[in-house]
Amino acid sequence: MKKELPPVNEGPRADALDKVTGKATYAAEHRVPNLAYGVFVCSTIAKGTIQSIDESVALKSEGVIDIISHKNCPSIPGYATQLPDGTRNPKQWWGMKVLHDNQVRFYGQPIALIVAETIEQANAASLLLKVSYQKETFETDFNLIRKDLSKAKPPSTYTRGNATNLEQAAVKVEGEFNIPIEVHSPMEPQATIAVWESEDKLTVYDKTQGPKATQGALARLFNIPDKNVRVIVNYVGGAFGNALRNWHNVPAACIAAKKINRPVKVVLTRPQMFNLTGYRPQSWQQLKIGADQSGKFVGIVHHAISNTSRYEEFREGIVNASRFLYACDYVETNYRILPLDVSTPTWMRGPGEATGCFALESSIDELSYTLNMDPVELRIKNFAEKNPESKLPWSSNYLKECYDKGRELINWNNRAQKPGSLQENGWLVGYGMANGVFGAGRSQASVRAILNADGNLVLQSAVSDMGPGTTTAMTKIAAENLVMPLNKISFKLGDSELPPGPTQGGSTTTSTLGTAVYLACETLKKSLCTLAVEYAPAFKNMEASTLLVQNGGVSSTLNKELFISNADLLKLANKPFLEITQDSQGTSAMELKHATNSFSSHFVKVLVNPKTFKVKIAEVVTTADAGKIISENTARSQMLGGVVGGVGMALLEELKFDHQTGAITNASFAGYQVPLHPDIPKTTVWFVNKPDPIINPIGAKGLGEIAFIGLAAAIANAVYNATGKRVKDLPITPEKIRAIKN
Amino acid sequence: MQKNCYNNGRRDFIRKASFTAALYAIPSALVHAVPIDLITPGPAPKERIKLLINGKEIAAEVDIRITLLDFLREQLGYTGTKKGCGMGHCGACIIHINGKRMNSCQTLAIHNKSNSIVTIEGVAKGEDLHPMQEAFIKCDAMQCGYCTPGQIMSGIACIRDGRAGSREEIQRYMAGNICRCGAYQNIVDAISQVKASGKPV
Ligand code: FES
Ligand code: FES
Repeated sequence: MKKELPPVNEGPRADALDKVTGKATYAAEHRVPNLAYGVFVCSTIAKGTIQSIDESVALKSEGVIDIISHKNCPSIPGYATQLPDGTRNPKQWWGMKVLHDNQVRFYGQPIALIVAETIEQANAASLLLKVSYQKETFETDFNLIRKDLSKAKPPSTYTRGNATNLEQAAVKVEGEFNIPIEVHSPMEPQATIAVWESEDKLTVYDKTQGPKATQGALARLFNIPDKNVRVIVNYVGGAFGNALRNWHNVPAACIAAKKINRPVKVVLTRPQMFNLTGYRPQSWQQLKIGADQSGKFVGIVHHAISNTSRYEEFREGIVNASRFLYACDYVETNYRILPLDVSTPTWMRGPGEATGCFALESSIDELSYTLNMDPVELRIKNFAEKNPESKLPWSSNYLKECYDKGRELINWNNRAQKPGSLQENGWLVGYGMANGVFGAGRSQASVRAILNADGNLVLQSAVSDMGPGTTTAMTKIAAENLVMPLNKISFKLGDSELPPGPTQGGSTTTSTLGTAVYLACETLKKSLCTLAVEYAPAFKNMEASTLLVQNGGVSSTLNKELFISNADLLKLANKPFLEITQDSQGTSAMELKHATNSFSSHFVKVLVNPKTFKVKIAEVVTTADAGKIISENTARSQMLGGVVGGVGMALLEELKFDHQTGAITNASFAGYQVPLHPDIPKTTVWFVNKPDPIINPIGAKGLGEIAFIGLAAAIANAVYNATGKRVKDLPITPEKIRAIKN
Repeated sequence: MQKNCYNNGRRDFIRKASFTAALYAIPSALVHAVPIDLITPGPAPKERIKLLINGKEIAAEVDIRITLLDFLREQLGYTGTKKGCGMGHCGACIIHINGKRMNSCQTLAIHNKSNSIVTIEGVAKGEDLHPMQEAFIKCDAMQCGYCTPGQIMSGIACIRDGRAGSREEIQRYMAGNICRCGAYQNIVDAISQVKASGKPV
C-alpha cells in the first residue's frame, strides 16, 4: 500500500518571512483595547506563612487599579479542593494555586499581583507593598539532603537477570554523577493576556505548547464549558518544555481580568523565568557497569535521585535508557525523588534521558578505556538487536549507520586511544562520542483540510509551534502526498477553535500531527476521485480506484490524457470548497508490537588548554536516526540547536542557590550562563533518513529530544580523551578539570 | 545636534525625576528597610517627545520611566522589537539609533528626543527585503524567531561597523545576541553571505 512519493522541492521555513520582518506575533504582543498590566510581587522567604500584607501605600500609587493577594482573591471553582457535597473536586487546578492561600512554599513565589494602567506604574507600586512573614525552616540543598534517603519518596525499581554476573565481571567501572538545575530560559518570557468577553466567555493569548490543554485547564478553573474558552497562540518564542503546563501567569491574568473587569496582561520578568516556569531537576546518579574480557556487557546498575518540590511530585525517566539502549542480561535500576522547598521542576528538552545518558554514556566510555577498546567498537559489540527490556523488535534502529558516518565525518581515525597524547598548536586534542535515545510514540490528532475553489489547500489543527517548524513539515507532508506545489498549501495553527491537535512535546508532533495530515490528504483524494466520477463527464463510469490525484487535479491511471483540475471539478460539482476533518488515533508501541525509538550519535572534537584547562569545542558531528526526514532544512536547524543546548549543559549551565535564604543567586542571563555565538563550533548534521516502516504512514520518528540527548556525555568523553581527566559533575569547568589528579 | 538633544534629555531627566522614578530603581530590599509609610509617591512626570521611527515622525507623551523598548512595544505597538530580558543581557531588543546598534531596553524613551530609530519593521524597502532578511531566510537562521529581529539588526550593524571579516570576528561581535534555540551557525552563515555578496547594508 505504501509507495515512494516523489520528493518535493524544499522551500524556506513556512513562517520565515513573518519572523524576519517582525510580523510574527507572540503572546504578549496582541493589541487589546483597555489593557491593564499585572506584575507579581514575590516572596522573600523560602518557607512559612504570610502574616500580613499592607497594601495601603501601594494602592495610592499612581495608576494602580487593584492589588490581588490571598486576602482578596475571588473564589475560583478550580481552586476548591472539595465540591459542595464534600467529595473531591475532580476539576482542580493542576499545580500551585497562585494567590490562593497564605503559604509560602519557595523563595520568589508570587504572593500578590499589582494591577496598574502601565508596566512602569505596576513596577513602582510593587516596591511599596509591606509584607510580613512567619518564617519556617526549609531545605533547598539537594547535595546535603539527598544523603538522608528517608527524606526521599519510595523508589521505583526494576531488575532483570542475575546480579552475580556483574559481581564476577572481568572489568567494571563505577561512578557518581551530579547535574545541577538547568533552566529552559527560552527567549520569549511566559506571557498571558486574558480578556473576558462576557461573564463566562474567556479569550486568552498565551505562550503555550498546547492550546487545547490550556483551554481545558482554564475551562476547569472557572467551571465553564471548553467552548467558552478560546486560546490563541500564533507564535511561541522557544519553550523546550516550559510551556507544557500553565504557570502562575495564566490563572493570575484570568483572575485579575475577571476581578477588575478589564483585559489584563501578565508577563514574567527574566529573573522570574528562572524560578516560575519549571526546570530540569537537580540529580545525583550512581552507575556501575561491567563487561567480560571481550567487552560484552554483563551488568548495569543505575541509581538516581532527582529533586521535586514540596507541593508536587515530578518524576522523569532518568534511569530508563540504561534498561534498553544496549544488550545486557543483568540490569538493575532504582529511582527516587526528593522533595525540597523549591518550585516544581518540569520536562526540559530530553527529559530524563538527557540526564541518564550522561551517566550511562560517560560510564561506557570509561569502560572502553579500561578494556583498551575503541568506544564505538564497544557500543557496536553491545548493539541491542531488539529492545532488551520489552523484548520487542525495534521498529527501526540504524545506530550502526550513525556510527559509521559519524566516525567518517569527524575523522575519528585521528583520535588517539591514549588520553592526553595528542596536541595541536599547544592545545590538547580529544575526541569523544555518545549516543542519545528517546521514545518515538504518537498520539491522537485531528486535522481539517479545506480545498478551495482556487485550488489552494488549507490545513488546520489546534497546535502551537515553539520553533521546530511544524507548519513547514505539515505543508511538506501534504505537498508530497497530493503531489502539489508547496506554495498552494498553508497550515493554520495556534487557535483552540481549530480541530483538536496534540500538545507539542516529547518529539511527537511530526509523527502525531503528520499522520493526521497524511490521512486527511488520503481522504481528500478519495473524495476528489468520487467527485470526478460523479460530476466530470470525461470520468463517467470509471472506477474511482483507477483515478489519481496529483498536480492539482484528478487524472486516470488508464488514460494519461485525462485530467481535470481540482478547481474545475469543484465548479462542476457546484461546491465552493471541499472540506474534510480527519481524526488519527494514537498507537502504542505494544499495539504496534515493536519498540519505537529515535536514536542519535554525537561526535565531538575538543581542544583543552593544558595550562588553564579552558575547553574549546573544535567541531561537532551529530547524526540521527529519526526515520524519514520530512524537511531537511528545519530538521537540520533542530539538530544544530540540540548541539548548542548540549554545549550549555556540558560546559555552562547551572542554577545556583543561597541555602541560607533559599534564594536563587544567578537568575539572569548575566548570572546563568547559556551558550553564545563564540561558544559554537562548526557543526555537521547527518541523517540516516530511512523511513520507519512501522510507527506511522509517513515514516518519520521524533527529533527534538535526540538532537540534544547524549551531547553532554560526548563532550565530557572528548575532554577525557584530551586530558585523561573525567569530570562527572556538570558543568565541566576548568576548575573541575584541574582538580582531578591523574 | 543629535548629541545635544540626548544631553538635554539626560539633564531633564535628572532634574525632573521625582521620587517615584528614583524609587523605581531602588532594590526592594532597601525600600523595605526604610519606613515606607512615609512615602506616598506622586504621579511620575510625563514628557512630550518627538522622534523619527523608521522614517516616520512620531510625537508622544511618555512616562519618564518608560524604556525605549517598552515605548515601542507597549505604547506604539511596534512589537517587531523583542523583549527577552529587559536587562541588557540578551540582545533581543537591539535596534539602530542614529545608525548605531543599541539595546533598546537600556535607554529611556525621553533620552531619544529627535533621534532617528530604525527597527526590524523599517529595514525592508517596501516589499523588497533587506539583504540580511533574505539571507536569514535562505540560511534558515532561526527556529522560534524570537531572537531573530535582534540578530538581524545586530548582523546589519556588524557589517556596517566593519566587523564581519571572519566567522570568529562575527561571532565576537554578535556575542550579545542570545539565541536559545541555537541557530547560531546559520546566523553566522547568513551574515557571512551578506558580507561576501558586497550588497550595501
Ligand atoms: S531585552 Fe534588551 S537586552 Fe534583553
Ligand atoms: S530562534 Fe529562538 S531564540 Fe533564536
